[in-house]
Amino acid sequence: MNEAAIEVEGLTKRFGDFVAVEAVSFAVPRGEVFGLLGPNGAGKSTTIRMLCGILLPSGGSGRVASHDIVTEPEAVRQRIGYMSQRFSLYLDLTVAENLEFYGGVYGLDAAGLRERKQWALQMSGLAEQQDKLTADLSAGWRQRLALGCALLHRPEVVFLDEPTAGADPISRRQFWEVIYQLRSEGITTLVSTHYMDEAERCDRLGFIFSGRLVALDRPDRLKRAPAGQLLVAVECDRPAAAVEALTGRQGVVYARLHRAGLHVLVEAREGSAQWLRGELEASGFAVARAEPVGPSLEDVFVSLIRDAEEPTSAKASADKPAEGSP
Amino acid sequence: MRGFTWGPRMIDQGTEPALQARGLRKFFDGFAAVDGLDVAVGRGEVFGLVGPDGAGKTTTLRMICGALPPTEGSVVVAGFDVARRGDEVHRRIGYVPQRFSLYPELTVDENLLFRARAHGMSGKRFDERRESLLTFTRLGRFRRRLARDLSGGMRQKLALAAALLHEPEVLVLDEPTTGVDPVSRGEFWQMLLAMAEKGMTVMIATAYMDEAERCRRVGLLYRGRLLLQGTPQEIRLAANLTLLEVTCEPLPESRQAAQQVPGVRWVEMFGDRLHVAIDQAQTEALIRESMTRAGVTVRSVRPIEPGMEDAFFELVRQREAGA
Repeated sequence: MNEAAIEVEGLTKRFGDFVAVEAVSFAVPRGEVFGLLGPNGAGKSTTIRMLCGILLPSGGSGRVASHDIVTEPEAVRQRIGYMSQRFSLYLDLTVAENLEFYGGVYGLDAAGLRERKQWALQMSGLAEQQDKLTADLSAGWRQRLALGCALLHRPEVVFLDEPTAGADPISRRQFWEVIYQLRSEGITTLVSTHYMDEAERCDRLGFIFSGRLVALDRPDRLKRAPAGQLLVAVECDRPAAAVEALTGRQGVVYARLHRAGLHVLVEAREGSAQWLRGELEASGFAVARAEPVGPSLEDVFVSLIRDAEEPTSAKASADKPAEGSP
Repeated sequence: MRGFTWGPRMIDQGTEPALQARGLRKFFDGFAAVDGLDVAVGRGEVFGLVGPDGAGKTTTLRMICGALPPTEGSVVVAGFDVARRGDEVHRRIGYVPQRFSLYPELTVDENLLFRARAHGMSGKRFDERRESLLTFTRLGRFRRRLARDLSGGMRQKLALAAALLHEPEVLVLDEPTTGVDPVSRGEFWQMLLAMAEKGMTVMIATAYMDEAERCRRVGLLYRGRLLLQGTPQEIRLAANLTLLEVTCEPLPESRQAAQQVPGVRWVEMFGDRLHVAIDQAQTEALIRESMTRAGVTVRSVRPIEPGMEDAFFELVRQREAGA
């Protein structure tokens, strides 16, 4: 009973010479909401497809819902739910008809389908819209219907690949209500996302870069400034020009826009924040605030990418934003 | 550089706005997609348009660009009326639509050339402009790559470069960064703000609240009307929200206990804790009491700063509760 819901060891996928996923190992206990983060093209979707038993790994092993993803992909597929970025609903069918169609795909009998259809309508909040054409639903409602379809057969583990892309904050919040409801029923969720507020909602996060898992921890534990470095929040005029002025400067690891100002990661020294203020003022910026702050998940994201891209010395200057703008 | 002041109004009130819509309405089969929208955006200002799905963001932006004629009302861009002087507006406005609008089977270079022709640009002016934009967007290395082989982030940079070719005074963007990772989105915004700081006016619709926070002003669109506009700070304050983070377990029972307390607006699960929106600070003690009575373990309660995300949710919730 204590077996993890997802467990992978050395998972690897090659497409020709290209290594999309490289020796990824991790385990997700039952009932956890596990987030997968990383830049576009880092290997998140490829990892998810292998875990779903849709794509055969080139190397390594994995078990999902107590079955082997290499030798028993069919058994895995029966026990998981999968919703991809481009989920397919029939737009010319009603909400109820889409649920009935997917119930048929999963081989539910009439009684089972009736019960699960009601459950899905309740869960998604679509009960009053069940006779509406799917084409007439907003993006957020469609995403919840797609989730309902993916859950009809009572999967033990649910894989959601950027399920909320483009949805408004209210729809996304409602979507997460459903994920937490699943969690309270002991269902395990693995979700990939580009929204940092959603990443904060996960129990644990794995960060994938260039096919490798480069960090894995709880969100609050990931949010620490790298050793020997200090994050400074700056408010000043012309923040984009300030980013350009600071990028590549001695003592500055990175500068990036944050809210109405900047987040600047500097080498930690006595009075680093004061030093930074002085540098900006000397360059003609009016600085209203320069104070040390704790990093956000986005700062962690940026730092992880920089570290993973080592050696950085040559690249740092090549990646410097172009001076001025055209 | 114009004078800089700390405050909600950073537009020079003395000059004409770069973009102005008055009484804008659009009906589709009797349905008001946009229902009386007034907005003025100053030169060099970045104005963010946020709102629920179907609030009318895309319809508004299409009318501003002149792509869709309004049923009522007017739009003036860079001093020219969109309905009467579409040609002048076309020369001064750039538009990045929601869906990738370039040719996937053309290279980066070819896409820029094709777009330049649409603006009647050629020769030395085009060559200089292209080189400068390829450097600015750091797409130079990929100039011979087919657009379809670019990553999502790079594709959006190409769409931006194409929209900037003719040096527009006003740039309109419709959720350009959907599905793009945070680092690439950061780079995209760095470019937008660098242009704005040099005087270009930007109106952008976005579903990302961290992007809304980077705008100088934000308008919350709801059922075709602007509910509210102001700086991100003003929007957060308008929600009039006190938020508590409660670390407790088990969560479902804790949540139920908190929801029963008078003065609690909503309770949301957030990872291994709850976010509780309350009317006033005194409610905190009542929440602790209710939770203790329900037999749940409360580890900590602390006030947290509501984000744009919370403000958006609360403002729409208030409107729907009041309607």
